[in-house]
Amino acid sequence: MTGEPVLAVRDLSAWYGAARILYDLAFEVGRGEVVALMGRNGAGKSTTMKSIMGMIAKKSGQVTFRGRDITSLKTFEIARLGMGFVPEDRRIFSDLTVLENLDVGRQPPRMIEGTAQTEAWTPERLFALFPNLGQMPDRLGNHMSGGEQQMLTVARTLMGNPLLVLLDEPSEGVAPVIVEQMAHTIVELKKQGLSILLSEQNINFAELVSDRVYVLEKGQIHWQGSMAELSGNIDVQRSFLTV
Amino acid sequence: MTIDALLFQALNGLAAASGLFFVAAGLSLIFGVTRIINIAHGSLYMLGIYLAYTFATRVGGVLGFWGGIVAAALIVAAIGALIEILLLRRIYRAPELFQLLATFALLLVINDAALWIWGPEDLLGPRAPGLRGAVEILGRRFPSYDLFLIAMGPIVLIALQLVLTRTRFGRLVRAATQDREMVGALGVNQAVLFTSVFAVGAFLAGLGGAMQVAREPANLLMDLTVISDAFVVVVVGGMGSIPGAYLAAIIIAEIKALCIGIGVVEFGGFRVNFSKLTLVAEFIVMAVVLIVRPHGLLGRAQGAIRSVAEPEEPIRPATAALKFLGLVVLGLLICLPLFAKTSPYTLVLGTDILIAIIFATSLHFIMGPGGMHSFGHAAYFGLGAYGAALIVKFLAAPMLGAIAFAPLLALAGALLFGWFAVRLSGVYLAMLTLAFAQIVWSIVYQWEDVTGGSNGVVGIWPAAPFNTATNYYLLALAFAVLSVLLLRRMLFSPFGYAMRAGRDSPLRAEAIGIDVKRVHWVGFAVAGCICGLAGGLFAFAKGSISPETIAVGRSIDGLVMVLLGGIQTLTGPIVGAATFVMLQDTIMRQVEYWRALLGATILLLVLVFPAGIVGGIMARYAAWKSR
Amino acid sequence: MSVLSIRNLRKSFGGVHAVDGVSFDVDKGEFLALIGPNGAGKSTCFNMINGQIMPDSGDILLGERRINGLPPRKVWRQGVGRTFQIAATFASMTVAENVQMALISHADELFSMFSVAARRHRERAIALLEQVGMAAAADRACRELAYGDVKRVELAVALANEPRLLLMDEPTAGMAPKERNELIALVKSLVVERGISVLFTEHSMDVVFAFADRIIVLARGRLIADGDARAIRENPKVQEVYFGTGKTFERAKEGA
Repeated sequence: MTGEPVLAVRDLSAWYGAARILYDLAFEVGRGEVVALMGRNGAGKSTTMKSIMGMIAKKSGQVTFRGRDITSLKTFEIARLGMGFVPEDRRIFSDLTVLENLDVGRQPPRMIEGTAQTEAWTPERLFALFPNLGQMPDRLGNHMSGGEQQMLTVARTLMGNPLLVLLDEPSEGVAPVIVEQMAHTIVELKKQGLSILLSEQNINFAELVSDRVYVLEKGQIHWQGSMAELSGNIDVQRSFLTV
Repeated sequence: MTIDALLFQALNGLAAASGLFFVAAGLSLIFGVTRIINIAHGSLYMLGIYLAYTFATRVGGVLGFWGGIVAAALIVAAIGALIEILLLRRIYRAPELFQLLATFALLLVINDAALWIWGPEDLLGPRAPGLRGAVEILGRRFPSYDLFLIAMGPIVLIALQLVLTRTRFGRLVRAATQDREMVGALGVNQAVLFTSVFAVGAFLAGLGGAMQVAREPANLLMDLTVISDAFVVVVVGGMGSIPGAYLAAIIIAEIKALCIGIGVVEFGGFRVNFSKLTLVAEFIVMAVVLIVRPHGLLGRAQGAIRSVAEPEEPIRPATAALKFLGLVVLGLLICLPLFAKTSPYTLVLGTDILIAIIFATSLHFIMGPGGMHSFGHAAYFGLGAYGAALIVKFLAAPMLGAIAFAPLLALAGALLFGWFAVRLSGVYLAMLTLAFAQIVWSIVYQWEDVTGGSNGVVGIWPAAPFNTATNYYLLALAFAVLSVLLLRRMLFSPFGYAMRAGRDSPLRAEAIGIDVKRVHWVGFAVAGCICGLAGGLFAFAKGSISPETIAVGRSIDGLVMVLLGGIQTLTGPIVGAATFVMLQDTIMRQVEYWRALLGATILLLVLVFPAGIVGGIMARYAAWKSR
Repeated sequence: MSVLSIRNLRKSFGGVHAVDGVSFDVDKGEFLALIGPNGAGKSTCFNMINGQIMPDSGDILLGERRINGLPPRKVWRQGVGRTFQIAATFASMTVAENVQMALISHADELFSMFSVAARRHRERAIALLEQVGMAAAADRACRELAYGDVKRVELAVALANEPRLLLMDEPTAGMAPKERNELIALVKSLVVERGISVLFTEHSMDVVFAFADRIIVLARGRLIADGDARAIRENPKVQEVYFGTGKTFERAKEGA
């Protein structure tokens, strides 16, 4: 990782009501990097993403995005700075068509500093990336299959031209063919200069796409390193990922 | 009555439909995005017509009238925006019924504000400049202004549809209706979106009101009548469907107009005055629609709405401390007559509180553990009260016999209405229960030969030995304690658990053999039955019963009591009922603008105790303990 | 002997054939996996068997009895337990009370109004929780549990009426790989012990391949394959519509 990270998290803690979920997390995502947060269910991966996104009421610590402190910003302000969030449960607007879903995600285009990528996402470009969606621009969200919805939720977030995308468990609950397509998409987006923070339990999937890994357990980071290191480290896999 | 006359009357109905549609469309929009049922929406309509009146009379002329209508709608929109920013924004995370309580408080405040500004008299505005005349239709003169109103309906409908489907604002509104948090995560400023939606909804209500300025007089009762009509329209048309609201507004307005047009008809000796049946008619339409199409004419099943409220704690048997506290309170209540020697009014108030406790506890039984938000609990109170009163009047039944009959009649009513109600859920169930309560009220109001109509039944006094304030108080206390303990016992029984199971997860409940509808039906009947007891006691406590004591206001009082105490607690309704009755009593007797003060008090409680009084105390206790 | 026989089952939604003439059997004690792409009709199939959706045509035979159109609660009383993709439990009750609720229903005591529910069938509930490893949490509120634990509670609830058939819709959705294997291993041991048949849908192929006795594959509402793990794995049609290249679920051997 070189240069200033696009996302830096320091001492991040979060609570649901009285229950503390995260304990002083610290991690970074560099420009153009794909970083995986791995860990069991309930380890705090989704909570980490929601905390970064300003969707958890009670948190402490510091989150820096593109050099700005975004800790106390509202969710929409964070999104407007160029942070995209793809939730685990997709949350498609089921009464809206594919095109309308994409339109809700639209934001003004912005430059990604230091890369050649200046072209804003349009429905046409997204349909090239997700040909399935291109075949059903006017279909309502609730008439789509789970795999198609998974594509749409990513495409919708891309419409905001984010610099960093938080992808919460993209491989969860969809058929292996879709998971594979998802992996291709992530690799493609990385090529275009996007940074991605991924939460994942499926190490096979993570291996296909990520550069570095943080392993979470009970709201704390227990291991960090490159994806290659994790692939070779059976002990860590056994202890924290319980493969 | 000729066909021509009927058609003419139908035209009248169309003119009325427009205003109704505007209010309903605004209500529907606001509910869709903010999930708040704005009970004060009728108040915004009322403000619209008052403001338009002021402009039309003070400024006068073309500008004062037509400009005044626009100005009134814009002012109401600004008031709506202010309400959203100052009040509602703070309570989006509160349980939905609590939000309802807040908007009800708003209704009280606005009503008194209007009384203060415009006074109690009805105010009729001037006729519309440019449209003063009439055109000849079917041989009769039809006001030109009404034709203008008829045209405005479809114009606004089309405009709204275009905005919702063709503009980005519209798409955001529809998206936020489903998942507002996700809309925020996509970079949309929810606060601005919510405020603007509220302003648009308020604008429509204000416009609807303002345009009626030349047609009907502004009065202070409009807020409640308009909101209940608007509820009916929204529910009949289908929540969230703007074309549905238009269709329903036409149907409801037409039915009303035709009932008035038909007037008195003789059916072989029976005289039926249809013009008195308007209210019953519209609620019957709603009940039929909801039974045939549970999501309204053009509505669709609502997707799962993301619940923001936390699920409640498991119920636990009373701790020793709570039992002790209960005994102390009971002891004090038994001794109350000794302390109250010098002020007999204390016992009257005490009796009122005890009756309210039975009423609120029975409502909580279905609202809390049953998850059935009844907006029409007054129906069973009324059936009980009238049941007791009428059996005394016609059969000269003894007092205790009459009090025993009260819950039985209420039970019969609850079995009948509940059978329909449990087929629905959420807002629709709330509206259907309201409809049934209105039907009971209308029957009581209009069946003069039996119920005495608006005069009610008088002379229902308790027999010895309960004819003293003290003894009647003790009788009420005995019934209250019995009722509360009985309902509490049921909540801990397999039946009570099954009721909660059906509320927590109908899917799981059905998958382990629980007939959720049936369980909820029985629960509904039990609650109605106990509520009937409260009604019976009430009739004897007051010595009389009249339609106004069982009107929609009583249902709302019940909701306020339950929510005030805390819906997720078992002792909440008791505390809520006692607090509410005392508040109402002290405020009503001492203050001219008591509605506003009561409203302000409720708002304060909502903001300080968003989980109700008991819920709030428990949360603070838990926080203190965990330190 | 078949516990469940599906014959030529069909269901359309607005002209789309969600399930289009599907037939299969579940034998006594069999652990049968139903797999397929999202939208293939698996959930529709499940919901028809369970009684949540009425089939357009075809037969659902439970033993000798045709159960088409029976509501879920009656299907349950015929001895069919069910778990859901998103675990459904009663959030306002304790863990033990969740199981007791099913036992109360099984004993037809739902309309008992004056006994104390929390004391009924408590030992039996604890015994069931013991079997799924949740007895220690018996008196905790169900809403406080981690998701994996909720799934275990749901399993105990589903076993409460001693079913002959268990329908499990994506039983391991939302769980970590090891938890998945543990849960399915637990299910398998419990059902083998009792001779219960299981029909389950699943996207986690390691689970399917490791535990299913037989696998059937649904695509676009039709059954396209039926066989053991090897036959399914090598079926080119299944590879095309469902598995892809397999690299997102097949581990390089040294990691396993």
